[in-house]
Order: sequence, then C-alpha cells, then structure tokens
Amino acid sequence: MAEFRTEEMVLNMGPHHPSTHGVLRFILISDGEVMRKAMPDIGFLHRGLEKIAELIPYQSFMPYTDRIDYLASVNSNWAYAATVEKLAGVEVPEKAEYLRVISGELTRIASHFIGVGALLLDLGAVTPFVHALRERETYNDLIEMLCGARLTHNYVRIGGVSHGLPDGFKEKALKFVDHLEYEFLDEFNELASFNSILINRLRNVGIITPETAIDYSLTGPNLRGSGVKFDLRKDEPYSIYERFAFDIPVGNGMFGTVGDSYDRYFVRMEEIRQSCRIVRQALNRMPDEGDIRTRIPKAFKVPEGEAYVRTECPRGEMGFYLVSSGDRKPSRLKIRTGSFSAMSIIEELSRGVMVADLVAIIGSLDVVAPEVDR
Amino acid sequence: MTEPPGLGLTVEVGPESLPDALAILKETEGLKFVQLMFQTGLDLGDRLGVVYSLYSFEINSKVSVKASVPKEDPVVPSACMIYKAADWFERETYDMFGIRFAGHRDLRRILLPDDWEGFPLRKDYVFPEGYGGIKHEREDICP
Repeated sequence: MAEFRTEEMVLNMGPHHPSTHGVLRFILISDGEVMRKAMPDIGFLHRGLEKIAELIPYQSFMPYTDRIDYLASVNSNWAYAATVEKLAGVEVPEKAEYLRVISGELTRIASHFIGVGALLLDLGAVTPFVHALRERETYNDLIEMLCGARLTHNYVRIGGVSHGLPDGFKEKALKFVDHLEYEFLDEFNELASFNSILINRLRNVGIITPETAIDYSLTGPNLRGSGVKFDLRKDEPYSIYERFAFDIPVGNGMFGTVGDSYDRYFVRMEEIRQSCRIVRQALNRMPDEGDIRTRIPKAFKVPEGEAYVRTECPRGEMGFYLVSSGDRKPSRLKIRTGSFSAMSIIEELSRGVMVADLVAIIGSLDVVAPEVDR
Repeated sequence: MTEPPGLGLTVEVGPESLPDALAILKETEGLKFVQLMFQTGLDLGDRLGVVYSLYSFEINSKVSVKASVPKEDPVVPSACMIYKAADWFERETYDMFGIRFAGHRDLRRILLPDDWEGFPLRKDYVFPEGYGGIKHEREDICP
C-alpha cells in the first residue's frame, strides 16, 4: 500500500475572499486543518494618504479622512479636525461640540453593527447580520438628514461642523436610541449573543493577555476585551465627554477566558448600549442657539510646530501626528489607526489554530482594510 | 527638550542610544511607558528622523524620543525586541523613508509591492512614470 505523504501546505487566503474584511491577504502554512502560521500581506488598499496630505491644504484633506475608515467617517473627520485645531489654536463653539458628539456616537453605533454583523456572517450566521443592517438603515436615514451622505460623510470641519440639526432629527434620533437600548439589543442578544453555537465558536479562541495586548499597541474594544479598562473618552477626555455619564464595558471572561474572541465581541455589543446613553444625554442638553462653526481664513496656515491628538474611534484609537512648517500644507501627517496594530497581532495568534478559528479571530478584532493600508 | 501638545516631554537622543533609552523608559519602576503609541519617520531636509512616542498607564503621561541619521546611509537600531508593536511600525517607516532598522527580524516592504523603487514620503521622491511596464499617462486612449 502506498505511503501517504504528509507535508505542510502553503495556501493563499487571497485578497478576494468573502471572509476577510476588505482586501486582506493571508499566506497560510498549514498541516491539514491546523495552521502553523498565517502571515498577513497588506497594502492592497494603500492609497498614499500621508503623501497626499503633504500636497493639499488642510481644509481640502477632510474628505480623504472619510476614507481612512469609511464605516466610521465622522470619527475619522473629528480626529483630524481636533489635531489641526490643537496645533492652530482654533476654538470650537459649544454647539458644534455637541453636534460632533451626537454624530460621532451615532456613527460608533453603526460601525459596531457592521463589525459585529460581519463577524457573525463570517461564522455562518447569516440572519443576525441582516437584522443589524436593518437597524443601521435608520442611522443612514438620520445621518443623511444631517449632512447629505450615507457613508462618507465629510461632516466635521476645522473649527466646527458643516450643518446644524434639521427639523425632526431630534425626535427621530431619540426614538432610534430608545428602540435600540430598550428593545433591539435585548432581542439581538437573545438571538445571537447567547446562542450556544456562537458561544462555542468564540469562547477560548484567540486569547490575548493584557500584557500582550499592550505590547502590540492594541487599542479600543480589542484592548478592553482583554480586561484593560482604558477608554480615551474617560481617561484622556477630549471635546465635552466629561459632561456625560456612561460606563466602560470590559471583557470579563463571561463564557471562556478573559481576552478571548467572545469578550471582544460582547464589549462591542455593550458599547452600543453606552453610546445610546450618550446620544440621549447630548440631544437633551444641546443648546438651541449658537454657532456651529468658527470661520477660518481661506488661506489657512498652521503655525510651526508639531502635535499628536488621539481620539476614541470605533476600531481603536485614531491619532494624527502633525508636523507643520508654518505653511498652508502639512509638512508631515502620520495617521495611526487601531486596525494596523490589530493586524500585526494575527501572526502570533494564529499558531496552532484551525483555519475556521482564524476567521473568527480576524472578525473579532474588527479589522478593516482601509485603516490598515491608508 | 520640548513639550509639544500630545507628545509629552520630547527628547532627542543619538541613534545608537535609542534602544537603551526605550528600554529604560519601558522597564523602570515608577515610569513604565509600556504602550508605543506610534513610531514614524520624518524628512528633515538633509537628514532623516525617527520618532517613538510612548504612553504610561501607571503615571498617565507621555514621552517621545527622537533621533536623526544622515540621508545617505540611514541606519537606526531596531526597537522590535523592546516593543512588539514596533515591528510593523518600523517596516512601514522603512517602506516609506528607506530608514533601515538594524536587528529587525524581517525588514521588508509592507504597504508597497516588493519591487517598488524609491521611498515615497521623502521630499525628493520622484513620482514614477508607470509600474510594471504600463505607463500612468496613456495618451493613446486618453489625450
């Protein structure tokens, strides 16, 4: 009888794949179903945003920041505007800060819906993804009422925001967050989060200890899923976040070990609930009168110097490091995103893991290609 | 030493002392700058610079370390043994600026294709005419 050859296979989980979140490529070296190593190959969505920033004026770069994380455009816009405002010393009016918080938290809710829905879809649960997207449709309607766009919003401007609240927005938004917090999330948890198949697929998969998470510079829900209670909105408050009462959900090994994929998934579900609280408080307290924007000159120059501002975006902390030489264009703009660090940990997490678990790990880290590649 | 907003106390050190400085900042009790917030390169005209920006959860403060090397032969010792996050950050800095990190376990291009020529974020970068034999400007189909 012939001997079976057993050797390692080198497989390509190519950029064109239904289970990778965008154009991401992995080279898998596997012994049957169990992987020895999965090496990420990134750069398929590299558009040279950092080089483009050096060629165009500050205000013109705002639409490009939409596309750094197109699922959470408002948050990316806000991070860039906050950096330029910090270095240039531009004051933002109070009403504009409220509008930024409202749109930013609504966008966080929508982004988490996609992140959680995509994880469930990759694991094979097709139904909850559609439910999550249906709720996100209300968000799309709201944000279209606000700024005219459903995906890449370009809503925040240097010095404020671009539009005020239209009539009917406040009632519709309050109805939306009430529906989410008191009806939809509990229903969704019954259907998906506490489903025994999902728990068995995600528990004890991709365990990241707090020390490893900090060493790889993981941030946002990935870091909080490992038990580290650190959120920039509370620990390094920016804008007007100190005025709102909300909690920080942290992974606690509910069904497995602290820092496994289930913790990262459940932290995102709980963050949706907390964001609903913030939106409700902000809508009720927002002043009716006030400017929404501080005018900046057309030939806007930023004084010489450097600054780094980081904000809590849905996929981690997004920071912009800006070096200015006193001109109308930046001298260097470095974009630091949460997904870039999350991608870098996948190679270490994938040793000795089955291919199906790799899909669960990538989904639970909520990696999107444009943030990785810029 | 300066303190730009968001970077904390910023010091410039010689490139050879970078790993020691970072290790001291990371491991000393009472400092514990364990999170590498970001690492990047800078084009300073005739020299190339690197910036490492660190954060300490324990004392809630930041510190940044800078170094600069000549443009003709930019070599900086790698920090990937100290911070695992520095691995990919340094690969990106190499990809964009051409700064070589001595002691890095796998220094190769990360965002651009492996056969790309030139280092885009340098100020004297010349935009290529085409890639893979196909020109960007196609007068025959789009005058």
